[in-house]
Amino acid sequence: MLRDVTFTIAQGAFVSIVGPSGSGKTTLLGLLAGLDTPSRGTVTLDGTDLGNLDEDQRAKLRGERVGFVFQSFQLIPTLTALENVQVPLELSGAVPVREATARARDLLSRVGLGDRTHHFPQQLSGGEQQRVALARAFVNQPRVLFADEPTGNLDETTGERIVELLMQLNRERGSTIVLVTHDAALAARTQRTIRLRDGSIVEDVLHGPVSDIVENTAIEPLAVHAR
Amino acid sequence: MSSIAFGVAALVAIDSFADNVTRSIRDQSRTLLGGDMSLGASATLPAVVDTLLDSLSKNGIPNTRVTTFASMALAEPSGGTRLVQIKAVSPGYPFYGQIETAPVGGWATVHDSPLVFVDPSLLIALNASVGDSLHLGTGMFRIAGTVVNAPGDAGISSVIGPRVYVSSKWMPSTGLLRFGSRAQYDVLLRLPPALAAKSNAASMARALRRRIDPQAAALQEAADARDGARGRRGPAADAPAAAEDSRAAARPAADTTRGNADRPSASSVGAADTSGLASGAFRTRVRVRTVADTERDFTEAVSRLADFLSIIGLIALLLGGIGVASGVNAFVSAKIDTVAVLRCLGATSRQVLALYVVQAAVMGFVGATAGALLGVSVQFLLPRVVADFLPIDVQLVVETRPLLMGLATGVWVSLVFALRPLLALRRISPLQAIRRNADQAAMPSQWKDAARLAVDGVLVGSVVSIIVVRLGSVRDGLVVSAGITAAMAVLWVAASLLITAARRSARPSWPFALRQGVANLHRPANQTRAVTLALGFGAFLLSTVYLVQANVLGRVQTSADASVGNLLFFDVQDDQAAPLDSLLRARNQPIVQQTPIVTMRIDAVNGRSVLMLTNDTTVRRARWALRREYRSTYRETIVGSETVVEGQWFADSTARVQARIANPDAPFPMSIEKDLAADLAVGLGDTITWNVQGVPVRSVITSVRTVNWARFEANFFVVFAPEAIRRAPQQFVIVANVPDGATLAAVQRDVVRRFPNVSSLDLSQVRQTIGAIVNRVTLAIRFLGIFSIAMGIPVLFSAVAATRRARLREGVLLRTLGATRAQVARVLVTEYGALGMLGALTGMLLAFAGAWGLTRFVFNDPFDPAVWPTLAIAVGMLLLTMGIGLLTSRDVYKATPMAAIRES
Repeated sequence: MLRDVTFTIAQGAFVSIVGPSGSGKTTLLGLLAGLDTPSRGTVTLDGTDLGNLDEDQRAKLRGERVGFVFQSFQLIPTLTALENVQVPLELSGAVPVREATARARDLLSRVGLGDRTHHFPQQLSGGEQQRVALARAFVNQPRVLFADEPTGNLDETTGERIVELLMQLNRERGSTIVLVTHDAALAARTQRTIRLRDGSIVEDVLHGPVSDIVENTAIEPLAVHAR
Repeated sequence: MSSIAFGVAALVAIDSFADNVTRSIRDQSRTLLGGDMSLGASATLPAVVDTLLDSLSKNGIPNTRVTTFASMALAEPSGGTRLVQIKAVSPGYPFYGQIETAPVGGWATVHDSPLVFVDPSLLIALNASVGDSLHLGTGMFRIAGTVVNAPGDAGISSVIGPRVYVSSKWMPSTGLLRFGSRAQYDVLLRLPPALAAKSNAASMARALRRRIDPQAAALQEAADARDGARGRRGPAADAPAAAEDSRAAARPAADTTRGNADRPSASSVGAADTSGLASGAFRTRVRVRTVADTERDFTEAVSRLADFLSIIGLIALLLGGIGVASGVNAFVSAKIDTVAVLRCLGATSRQVLALYVVQAAVMGFVGATAGALLGVSVQFLLPRVVADFLPIDVQLVVETRPLLMGLATGVWVSLVFALRPLLALRRISPLQAIRRNADQAAMPSQWKDAARLAVDGVLVGSVVSIIVVRLGSVRDGLVVSAGITAAMAVLWVAASLLITAARRSARPSWPFALRQGVANLHRPANQTRAVTLALGFGAFLLSTVYLVQANVLGRVQTSADASVGNLLFFDVQDDQAAPLDSLLRARNQPIVQQTPIVTMRIDAVNGRSVLMLTNDTTVRRARWALRREYRSTYRETIVGSETVVEGQWFADSTARVQARIANPDAPFPMSIEKDLAADLAVGLGDTITWNVQGVPVRSVITSVRTVNWARFEANFFVVFAPEAIRRAPQQFVIVANVPDGATLAAVQRDVVRRFPNVSSLDLSQVRQTIGAIVNRVTLAIRFLGIFSIAMGIPVLFSAVAATRRARLREGVLLRTLGATRAQVARVLVTEYGALGMLGALTGMLLAFAGAWGLTRFVFNDPFDPAVWPTLAIAVGMLLLTMGIGLLTSRDVYKATPMAAIRES
């Protein structure tokens, strides 16, 4: 799927990956997040070479340092909004349950769902579900957040709300965000856009003021080198 | 598919085996009887029969006789003794079939010299070999060979009493079979072909009965007519006796446990099952049976057994149906997108439904076919399990009728059960293709959907009618349906309680996996009910089968243990009691118990003769109770196995003597057993006139008592105060307590040498014998147990499969969010563990209830729950469920999370 893809993303950056259907965007995202393993090449996440980890170690790493937002939300249908947000914390066991609940509740009110904590995903609208997913992605204060078409299933206004939330959380929490999208307007609002075609990088543009990027290149949270 | 297969397999196997057995019985019914017609009695045949037989043989209808009785056999040189079943046969026996011996062809010489052919098991028991001598009574015989196969004989009966075939020519030399010995006398007739036809044979039998005893024949014909009018097919000859025969075949263990009536229970193990001190005063009852009668009795027993088995098959099919429903449910949610697209492309909801109904029918057909094939092959295994109980060689043929029936039932059940979830497809909106909703939202459920209600009606209706048709009785069918419904309702309620409990009990302080697992029990789209139902039913069936078996076995053992002594002598004649006592005393093994037995029949109740009573239809009295021969005793005191429930036990002897002096004509006091009192419709104060070997004895019921028949001792229906029958001719049952091993063998040998007619029974041997029978029965029952597990598993799988998709997706998501393999597994194990535990435990409780009902009401035994082994079954089921849960979790890890997320 991917050939000769090599790049590094700085800590705290907001990067978008764009390209037509079938260009390998989602595959790349999966590789970056350690959901998949490359047949050749290496992926380094926050200084850890994912290729050296087994499945359980990768899961642990994901639980501690990675957050996810998917196009189709991917909430666990049998859990309430609050429980969905709590899951990553509970899995990692980093904080006591009571604190996990408090944090989840806090995050849900941050995304404007303070009154819907006990609803099941089915009872929520698309935008609300994505906001729950967003809260879930941030609950473990990840170093990197991956978002796969987060607005793809939402109408414009709702989508806009999600993008704002993403940017806000990026600014406030300093999490690196890697976003896969079709939406050129959305991509333009990120700091950097990597364009893929047929599995190769065809373009890598910086949008923001150069100073921002120079500031952030001090740390390299993500590097990929795939052949 | 697989779930239907097992149910169909069960039905096909049972049906075609029953068909095969029935056909084999029909083919071999002459062999079964040994002739075209038999005349049998439990005492020497009356002179009128001999005259009759003479004139028949002059008219070209030859006869041959066989006399069956129990006696002791003593082998030389080994000195081994054993109670055996002697079959003394006259030349010509049997008319049909052959007695196969080893060495081959030995049977031809049986009448030439004093020799015997014995069951192979007897040689082992006596430590003897072919060529040794065998003492029977005062006669001496040479063991000429063993019997490999004899017509009309179930293999199991040799365990009860090993058979010894001998020519009747030598009987006088044995001194056995004197007047008054307990034996079964049978005469077999061979009819010319014209007469052997069914209707001719029946009318000839009727004529014979009239000639032998016009009064009894008239009574019986009247009774048959009554039974016929009631629509019940009562065996023509002798209802209770025939019923006893088939019952003995169906549950030998139970019958041997229950002391047989007023006879010492131990003697029922000795094979000659008939009693009768013949005396001129008694009118001997002669049973005339045709081939058709035998055939019908056996076929009825077989079809009763098949009915019972097919209930299990039906439950299997029903569980299979539930499996199909859950499987189709899962299938439907997987097909939502496809259906939505089809709808977008212009398919009507009717077309969509038709498409999948056809698909379901095809799958049902495939499943049913697989099941039918499996059933046919299982059928070939069945004979190994049950052959010992069947008196015939079953010829196995693949029968088409059961095969087609099984196929049709299977297809129909799978179709009906599939239709219900398939109906949901009609409600999938084409919009789904564009905008994907969660599974549940895609198919809003509608309670008042007319089509769904109709399908529910068809479903319930067809299940009930299949059961009714299978059992051939509306009442039984409804009872069974109600039972199944009740069991399902209990499981359903238990599952609902679990759901509520899971919702209420979860605490935030629990570890995540536990909380998540418990929560899965009550969350939307949970599988709690389906799995509990499948699992509970499996556990229920399995444990019930086990419990009943354990109880029957347990009763037998405790009753054998509870006896006062370990060596039982019976048939001890009046003049032998004292010498036997001194023989035992000389060996320092005194008698522990000596019980007199007096045989008698009922002449009249409250002054009305038996004949009048039998014709009186206003009061329901059991015919057998009026007509049977009673073996009663007399004593001053009540014994441990008895409890007086009404009236008073006999007053002390001086009081009775004074009462008698005051009123010499007063009836003698007597105590009667409670159930018999009910069968005779008598109570305290009623008088019964007994015919004690020709002497009328009038008695009055002064007490009613219950008897624990299971105790291994002489128990009686009727006990008299001693003065009533003390002087009547009597026999004794004597119990001694002799150390096992060499002493016991020596005592038995001495007694056989001195009193050849006295039979002795070593209770530890009896225990072994019963153990052996129970083991055979157990094997047959286990077979059913294995069958029920086998059908439980696929059902469990399909119940789990119904929500597998959801579970998989959830597992993958958890994994994406950082769950390790162990965490996912723990969640699933908790959930399945809880389900397994609930299903197994509820099933176990149901089984206790079911087994209690069966032992209490069918076997009339108190119920003793075998908790630990049942718990082991429950744990097994639990592990099985958890295993299935783990298998699902393994699939979560099969693909990379990315692939799984993309798929959904």
